[in-house]
Amino acid sequence: MELTLGPLAYHWPADIRRDFYARIADEAPVGTVYLGEVICSKRAPFHEPDLPATIERLERGGKRVVLSSLAEVMLKREREATAGLMAAEDHEVEVNNAAGLMDRGRRPHRIGPFLNAYNEATIAWMAGQGATHVCLPAELPGHSAAVAARAARALGVGVEVQVFGRAPLAVSARCYHARAHGRHKDNCQFVCEDDPDGMPLLTLDGKPLLRVNGIQTQSESYVELVEALPELAAAGVSHARLLPQAVDMVAVARVFADHLGGMCDATEARARLAGICAGVSFSNGFFHGVAGYRHIARLGTAH
Amino acid sequence: MTGAEDFSAAGELVCPAGTPAALRTAVEAGADTVYCGLRNATNARNFPGLNFTPEELQASVAFAHARGAKVLLAVNTYPPAGQLALWHEAAAIGMRAGVDAFIVADMGVARHIAETWPRARLHLSVQAAASSPEAIRYYCTHFGVRRVVLPRILTIPEIRAIRREIPCEIETFVFGNHGLMVEGRCSLTNWLTGQSTNLDGVCSPAAEVTFERADDGTMRSCLSGFTIDRFAAGETAGYPTICKGRYAAPHRPEGYYAFEEPVSLNLGRLLPELMAAGVHAFKIEGRQRSKSYVRQVVGAFRRAVDSIRSGHDPDLADLVALTEGQKETQGAFQTKKWR
Amino acid sequence: MTATKTLAPIPFPPLLPVGLVCTVLRPVLDRIVRRIAARHPEIFARVAPYERSDFVIVPQELPFALHLRPDPEAPLLRAVPRNRLPPHEARIEGRFLLLLSLVDGESDGDAAFFSRDLTISGNTEAVVSLRNALDDMDGSVAQEAADLFGPPGRAILAALRRRSGRQ
Repeated sequence: MELTLGPLAYHWPADIRRDFYARIADEAPVGTVYLGEVICSKRAPFHEPDLPATIERLERGGKRVVLSSLAEVMLKREREATAGLMAAEDHEVEVNNAAGLMDRGRRPHRIGPFLNAYNEATIAWMAGQGATHVCLPAELPGHSAAVAARAARALGVGVEVQVFGRAPLAVSARCYHARAHGRHKDNCQFVCEDDPDGMPLLTLDGKPLLRVNGIQTQSESYVELVEALPELAAAGVSHARLLPQAVDMVAVARVFADHLGGMCDATEARARLAGICAGVSFSNGFFHGVAGYRHIARLGTAH
Repeated sequence: MTGAEDFSAAGELVCPAGTPAALRTAVEAGADTVYCGLRNATNARNFPGLNFTPEELQASVAFAHARGAKVLLAVNTYPPAGQLALWHEAAAIGMRAGVDAFIVADMGVARHIAETWPRARLHLSVQAAASSPEAIRYYCTHFGVRRVVLPRILTIPEIRAIRREIPCEIETFVFGNHGLMVEGRCSLTNWLTGQSTNLDGVCSPAAEVTFERADDGTMRSCLSGFTIDRFAAGETAGYPTICKGRYAAPHRPEGYYAFEEPVSLNLGRLLPELMAAGVHAFKIEGRQRSKSYVRQVVGAFRRAVDSIRSGHDPDLADLVALTEGQKETQGAFQTKKWR
Repeated sequence: MTATKTLAPIPFPPLLPVGLVCTVLRPVLDRIVRRIAARHPEIFARVAPYERSDFVIVPQELPFALHLRPDPEAPLLRAVPRNRLPPHEARIEGRFLLLLSLVDGESDGDAAFFSRDLTISGNTEAVVSLRNALDDMDGSVAQEAADLFGPPGRAILAALRRRSGRQ
């Protein structure tokens, strides 16, 4: 199974972003890196100028680079950005909105997690239209993911599952970061930049529950599927996605690589992750078909 | 199936029915079209005690057709891998009952219906989240979709612009529960309850809802034990829907409606503009609501649409009264500032 | 949608012991629930997952509550003193006229709840199932119950409807 680094969901300042990808290029044991703004079209101008250099740097580090498209496409600039990306010939693209599918036509592409490829019929349809790789939605339970993966592999399609990072739970037309600061999307002043790992939302009795990232709502806890990796691999899942969080992602990638390489067991891998992600709680409920926030300790309870 | 015929004139009223009695109520109150679902996960209102058995659907379609009304079957959830049979069966039940169209979201389901029954009419559910001309054209081109239900996030000028670029009819929500997240892209309920909106058709399922009262008269509404909101004594309470809850943020320790206040969508005032923008059909939300709701809301919108069609101003007070005492919004439709 | 907040309590003979009232009501309520069960099996199908569940319905102004078990084989509806409620799955409480208008198909349960005129506790899903079941009926439970007792029944219902502000 190959490790990938999913697209950065947050609005990190350009210099931090540059440094981050430079380090990923040099040190992270991942095979593929997804780049591009998936959440908010207003952010794109801040890092697009750096994109060619980042791509070049990652490729020099031996990474395959895939360009991801916006999850929400509504405004003219979002439609144009999507169409422009889908015209790319020199890089693979990951499509996150049906507008991108229309633009891309039958030219090869990857299906992103926002496209709701929940089942074998949809995956077969997409494969027939040129999809070469599918990232399954985060909420698909493990037993369904296994069925989807087997069907996809039979069609020669790569299958990817998120195994690390906050669960993407919802997107909206409204920016909740702006709303939290009494603004709206058009005059947001990029306040989301202040929260490199999302803005916490707590219940009124003080329990951390969700994170706001612009128009996106994420989970408070990080998804962590270390223990499920053998089962996912056995079902035909070819790629394991790590989502960038504001922690040492090189160290995170090394934990997963060591575990996949048989150099540390699941218990040790989880202990190392807990050390890297101090103060963060972990969840794997979606995989086990129960409430996503939960963490089920033992493998096999999904059946 | 009424495959080829033109479905509607502008202003078709598409009304909810959670039970056969509600369907009859809607038709008698003036619905042009009623939408409903089967009693399982194949539709996005899979709530306890709600929806239709195959026999009830058959009888209800006959009732509606005898009175000149159409029936749409929502098969608008996403089948998880390995469970397609339930969705295929739902489509077959709809065909046997003679429904006038299917409301679909999943590409696999759309393709199945389009290939199995080429004359079947397909409407694209709001759950498909098609909010651009390109996305809508994708479904029209590949699955023969004849109408799109637009997400509740577009302004009227944006709707008018989309209308010019797509080959199908437009349906918009005009009244009812106002969803905040992009529909078909929300796993909040699954995160807290283990039941998915997209896969199981539930949103804040009642089985996980509790209301806890304190001695001082305050009340907490909870989902799976998580506090979604807290109400002072006598304060208007809301059902604990996650996207309408009150939360605290680091700089908002007092708590605030992080996503939206518990409000209803009411576009009564905008009906003439929406009709002028080329909207074919107006959808009223609320399959989970009672007959009494259906009777009042459908009746009021029927009178309003008829007034507009005959060149008169609609009685707006009548429509506004529907949400009297509760907060209402025109959401994204009126201004981009909503975003 | 509800207009019951300012209404006076239902006049009720204060001297009758509650236990006696419950006993007197027994055959009346029994007849009502059997009639509804016989004529509307579809209602019971909608609440089938809770057919062995006990619901307690508490009209605020009355000294007794109603105990309902929607079992199609042995439907149960009886009056019980408010201080001796049986163990129950769910409890629904509100002013009598509001509860009446809900089973009369004239009030919207959501609206009533959002205005906090109606309070529910216990198993919310059971209550929602029951509400949806009762809503799937042309006419109303209240009307059928009244019809069962001929002109006097209909006269009482008409009087109650007038009290709750309807024609």
